[in-house]
Amino acid sequence: MSFTTEELAVMDTIIARYPKSRSAIMPLLHYVQSIDGYVTPRGIETIAEKLNLATAEVTAVSTFYTQYKSEPVGEYHVGICTNTLCAVMGGDAIYESVCDRLGIKKDQTTPDGKISLERIECNAACDYAPVVMVNWEFYDNQTPASVNELIDGVRAGNPPAPTRGPKELRTWKQNSAVLAGLSDGLAEEGVQAGAASLLGLNIAKAQGSK
Amino acid sequence: MSLLNPVLSAHWDEADSFTIAGYQRHDGYKALAKALKATPDEVIAQIKESGLRGRGGAGFPTGNKWSFIPQGDNKAHYLVVNADESEPGTCKDMPLLMANPHSLIEGIIIGSYAIRANHSFIYLRGEVVHVFRRVQKAIDDAYAAGFLGKNILGSGFDLELTLHAGAGAYICGEETALLDSLEGFRGQPRLRPPFPAIAGLYAMPTVVNNVESIASVPSIIQNGVEWFQAMGTEKSKGYTLYSLSGHVTNPGQFEAPLGITLRQILELAGGVRAGHELKFWTPGGSSTPMFTAEHLDVPLDYEGVSSAGSMLGTKALQIFDETTCVVRAVLRWVEFYKHESCGKCTPCREGTWWLVQIMKDLEAGKGSEADLEKLLDLCDNIAGRSFCALADGAVAPIISSLKYFRAEYILHQTNGGCPFDPVASTLFETAGA
Repeated sequence: MSFTTEELAVMDTIIARYPKSRSAIMPLLHYVQSIDGYVTPRGIETIAEKLNLATAEVTAVSTFYTQYKSEPVGEYHVGICTNTLCAVMGGDAIYESVCDRLGIKKDQTTPDGKISLERIECNAACDYAPVVMVNWEFYDNQTPASVNELIDGVRAGNPPAPTRGPKELRTWKQNSAVLAGLSDGLAEEGVQAGAASLLGLNIAKAQGSK
Repeated sequence: MSLLNPVLSAHWDEADSFTIAGYQRHDGYKALAKALKATPDEVIAQIKESGLRGRGGAGFPTGNKWSFIPQGDNKAHYLVVNADESEPGTCKDMPLLMANPHSLIEGIIIGSYAIRANHSFIYLRGEVVHVFRRVQKAIDDAYAAGFLGKNILGSGFDLELTLHAGAGAYICGEETALLDSLEGFRGQPRLRPPFPAIAGLYAMPTVVNNVESIASVPSIIQNGVEWFQAMGTEKSKGYTLYSLSGHVTNPGQFEAPLGITLRQILELAGGVRAGHELKFWTPGGSSTPMFTAEHLDVPLDYEGVSSAGSMLGTKALQIFDETTCVVRAVLRWVEFYKHESCGKCTPCREGTWWLVQIMKDLEAGKGSEADLEKLLDLCDNIAGRSFCALADGAVAPIISSLKYFRAEYILHQTNGGCPFDPVASTLFETAGA
């Protein structure tokens, strides 16, 4: 089954952003994931056709980057940071605890298709360690208990809001569309900065430097 | 007088700091109007004179980089911002973009004007959706306000700006891999020369700058070169963001003139977490050789850190206390580099694989002292033998940890395994720890 006329037109707008069409391959792959949930054969074929490339060239790119999935992931994709700093401060313990809770391990999805799990590398939020990402939204300062609540909330259909993100957690597909450059209008939701980001500023103000 | 000096972070405590209204309330986009009244060469000269150096790790003077772009060559020029922040421990650009994206947009417009670029790009790592939203909205609002697009502020200067999401590849933080990725290929580093200034994006003259470097530009234009030069040290001018994380009482961002020390920052942050002491730390991410308590007074500027045997890097100060097993920490970093090696150069692709094998044995207490020599020999054969610096980063934690903690590696062998309790190093250590 091919993409709809509307979807194909969106792909053309993505391609139009770049001086050379091939540069659109990454946002197009994010866009395919926003429709199909992962990089499907039809997605590869359509991108190849649009960009005048061989399907092998598109596959070569999609398999290089870990955010592009060759198999379906959950509606909520949970990433536990287990790079050194987060791991030491509790990420390893959180990962073990989540595996127990969900009955799956990294790179697996629960049978109902709801939640998938990944061990992720540093996500640039080390001052909020241990860090957990769901659909690439920040969940800061996590503990095994808080992640259990997060997972239970996802299962019950009312996940807690990201720490620094929109008011409601969006799905994997919805967030993939944002990464393709399709605005969801939620940029102004959520805090401008978390407490750790403001630490130095607050100290400087208390000391009267400004 | 405080040791800190918030500039980029000065208004992050205002709820609308990320909006164009919030930015303009504090003189936002005034530097742009000023820059557009000068000639492009005058703008380059100002940035050169200010002494601003790259904040992404290498510390190359920003103005010099701009001046390498050939002029009058009738070619398209590009400014590409590296927002692929992924170096373990590094967490400054994401909060900056979340709270103050317009400082980057304004810097991009000024920088593009200076190097005569009419299309610029922000390459943002893909694993931060809300940051993407904030930056995209900032770009949209800048277009609507006439700061982007055709004939900006009536100057005759045109600029298109495109936000591009990465998709999870640490190597794309390396500037030539980033360019390959942006062109739609696997993100693998290029052999230099030619440098991006001659043949960068689409083989055209290109400047690749870090987020913080470009975001610093408007403040220099607005407040003047002397203002910027008055901060920092002799060869490391200005202010910068230091990111403190790990086993400290209060982790967070500290914006200060270059040259502050870890001891001073730790004092402000309430020290190492209660009841514990500093064991080792990185000055600028995992690729920078680790330091110990003996380096608490090293000035955190480019020269200070490098003369003490490491690199300022991204100023990612990761603090580990005495509960942390250094072998475990290093193994995890080396596993990261193995995972992120793009596979192009044999010493890195094969070497990081072997490093992990040996480190795993050592951590499990199955190694021998001869393995430590083999490890160092491997490091010697990996470092400096690839197109990019990823492999150099992979060996840095190994070599530096063996320098300071060789006895701990041996202890794993005599103990028949790791002597540390991993629970003790977590933030939620239990009563039994």
